[in-house]
Amino acid sequence: MEEKKVVFQLLVDNTFGILSRISGLFSRRGYNIDSITAGVTADPKITRITIVTHGDDDILDQIEKQVAKLVDVRDVRILQKDSSVFRELAMIKVRANAQQRQGIIAITDIFRGSIIDVAPQSLMIEITGNQGKIDAFLKLLDGYEILELARTGIAGLARGIDSVVYLDDADRY
Amino acid sequence: MNGADAAVKCLEAEGVQYVFGYPGVAICPFFNSILNTDIRTILVRQEQNAAHEASGYARISGRTGVAAVTSGPGAENLITGIATAFADSIPMVLITGQVDSGQMGSDVFQEADISGACESFVKYSYIVRSVQDIPRIFREAFYIAGTGRKGPVLIDFPCDVQKETLRSFAIPDAVSMRTYRPTVKGNTVQIRKVQKELAHARRPLLCLGGGVHLSGACHQVREFVEKNHIPAVCTMMGLSALPTDHPLFYGMVGNNGQSTANHAMNDADVVIMVGARVADRSINRPAVITENKTLIHIDVDPAEIGKNAGPNIPLVGDIAAVFDELLKEPAAADYSAWLDTLELYRRRAVHEKAAEKPHQRRAGTVDPRAFIRNLTQSMEKDAVYVADVGQNQLWSCENAVIREGRFLTSGGMGTMGYSIGAAIGAKLAAPGRQVAAVCGDGAFQMAMMELGTAAQYDIPLKIVVMRNNTLGLVRQHQHLAYHDRYSVTDLGGGPDFAKLAEAYGMRYLKLDREEDTESIIRTFLERDVPVLLEVEVDPDEQA
Repeated sequence: MEEKKVVFQLLVDNTFGILSRISGLFSRRGYNIDSITAGVTADPKITRITIVTHGDDDILDQIEKQVAKLVDVRDVRILQKDSSVFRELAMIKVRANAQQRQGIIAITDIFRGSIIDVAPQSLMIEITGNQGKIDAFLKLLDGYEILELARTGIAGLARGIDSVVYLDDADRY
Repeated sequence: MNGADAAVKCLEAEGVQYVFGYPGVAICPFFNSILNTDIRTILVRQEQNAAHEASGYARISGRTGVAAVTSGPGAENLITGIATAFADSIPMVLITGQVDSGQMGSDVFQEADISGACESFVKYSYIVRSVQDIPRIFREAFYIAGTGRKGPVLIDFPCDVQKETLRSFAIPDAVSMRTYRPTVKGNTVQIRKVQKELAHARRPLLCLGGGVHLSGACHQVREFVEKNHIPAVCTMMGLSALPTDHPLFYGMVGNNGQSTANHAMNDADVVIMVGARVADRSINRPAVITENKTLIHIDVDPAEIGKNAGPNIPLVGDIAAVFDELLKEPAAADYSAWLDTLELYRRRAVHEKAAEKPHQRRAGTVDPRAFIRNLTQSMEKDAVYVADVGQNQLWSCENAVIREGRFLTSGGMGTMGYSIGAAIGAKLAAPGRQVAAVCGDGAFQMAMMELGTAAQYDIPLKIVVMRNNTLGLVRQHQHLAYHDRYSVTDLGGGPDFAKLAEAYGMRYLKLDREEDTESIIRTFLERDVPVLLEVEVDPDEQA
C-alpha cells in the first residue's frame, strides 16, 4: 500500500509522563515519528502535540485508534494539508567571514528570515515557514558551511473557525 | 487519617474482598492500615502469583482483582502477572509500594521505576504524588480497570505519601474523566447492518472470544445462537462461553483448534467475530476470514477492529449491550442446510479421529486426552477448570467438557504456572464451586510454592500434574522442527510428588493405568479437600 505523510494533532491532558506515553506507544508499535512538538494550549491543563508521521492507510488508521485509546488523550485528528497551516522554525549557524556576510544576508532577506546573532566568524539565522520553505532555504545555503542547525519540528492548526476542537469543559484550545 | 488509611477506605468502598500480596517496608503503611478493615489479605509466596490469584478471582467473581506488593524486587516480580492480565484483558488494580517521593530517581535501596517498566502492558498507571489525590486516583483506577476493554491498572504509591496526613477525605461519587469514555451501546445503524447481513447470509458463523466472558454476555450470546440457529466456534479465550457440548458449538479455531471449527471458518459467508482479537494463534492468516465473506467485528475496543483484518461491518460496543439489541429482532433466516454441512464435518472429524492409529504408549502412562474428558465429565456442572500452558493446555482445550462452568487459562501471554495461582483466586471467589488446576510438571514447578499459600488459608486446591519429566510442548517442537535434538527440555526426573503433597498436607493420588481412571477421578473429586493427582504421561505424546 502507498505510504503517506500526515500530521496528527493531539489534545491531551497535561499529566505526568504524557509525552513518554505517546512516544513509547509509537516506538513499541513500530510507528515512525518524523517530528513531534508539544506545548500547552490556552488551557494550561491541556497540551497540544503535533506529530508528523508516515505509513500506509492501515498503519495510519491504527495510529489514530491506538493514540485515541490512551487514557490521557482527549482528541486526535489528522490536519489535512489543504485546510491547515503548518509552521516550523529553524535556527541556522553559518560560518561567515566579512566577504560572505552580505550574500547570506541577501538570501535570508528573500526568505524573510532574520539574522539574530552576528559574530566575527559566523551568523545565526532564524527562519520560519512550512517545511518546504525551510528545505529550500537550506538548499540555497549549500555553498556555505552550516556549523549548527536546530529545527523545531512542525506546529500546525486547521484553518477557520469550523475546525476548532471544543472539549466539553473548556473554551478554547 | 493518613494516605494508607485513605487507600484502604477506597478499597472498601469499591467492595474489595481480598488483597493478594507480599509486604515490604515501602508498602508497610498500607498493610498496617488494612488491619482496620474487613478486607482479607492473602500472603502469596512470590509476587507473580499475587497477580495470577487476583486474575483468577477477577475472572470468576466478575469484579476487579487487587494485589499489593512492595517496591523494587516486589514490584518487578509482579510484572509477568501484569503482562499476563493485560494480554487477556483481566480487570485488576495493582498497588506497589515505592520509595519516598523525595528519593525517587536517585537509585536508592529497592527503588525501581515500575510505572516506566510496565508502561506498555498496563491499561493505565498512576504515581501517587499527593495525598489529596488518593480518593480520585483509586476511584479512577477501578473505573478504568473494570470498564471498556478491561485491564490492569497500576498505582505506584510512595511510602511517604502513604504516611502523610490527609486533611479531608471524600470519595468522588461519579467518575468524570474527560479523556476516557468507552463506548458501551452499539451504533444503531451498524446493528441494523448486521441484522440485514444475517437476513441475506446462508452460512453465518459466530466466533466467540474472551470478550464474551469479560462483558458477562454468555447468556445473551447463547440466547442469540439458539434463537437464530447460528452455529458458533470460539478462540482459546472464548472457551466455555457456550457449553462445549452445545449442539450449535463446533469447537475452537486456530492452529491448535479443531478441524471442524476451522472448516466452518473457511466455509462461512458471514463471520461475526465477537470480542476476539483475530490474533495469530486463532487466525494465522487474517486474509482468509476476509476473502469471499463478510466480516463483522464486534468489540468494545475500536483499536482491535481492523488491526489484523479489515472488517466489512465494524461494530464498537459492549457485547452484552449489543446482543441485547440484536435479540430484539426476530430470527433472521433459515440456516439448516449450513448446519447439515457442519454436522457432516463433525461426523467426518470423529471418524478420522477414530481411524487414527493409536499412539503406542510407554507402560505406566495414560492417554491425557481421555483423562481430561473423563475428569471434566465427572466434575460438577458449574465447575471451574484452569488449564496451565503447554501440551496440557492444548489437550485441555480440545477435550475438556465444560457445561455451565468456566474454562480459564493464560491465552494471550501463555504464562507457565498461571493455573495454580488462578485456581486459588477462583476458589476464593466461588468457595462453593469445584475448582481444578491442570498443569504439566514444568509449569507446576514454576508455581508450586503456592501450595504453601493454599495450605495456610485452607483453600482446598485440586491439582492435576501431568507428569512426563519434560517440557512437553517445547520438546514436541524440538521433535518436529529440530529433528529430535532435545535441548534443555528434560526435567531430570523431578521431585517426589507424594512427599511434596504430604509436606503441604494434601492428599496424594497417582494415575498410571487406564483402568484406574474412573476410580481415581472419583477419589480426586470427592469432598472439598486439597488433592494432588499425578498423572503419568508419555513424553512422546503429541499435542
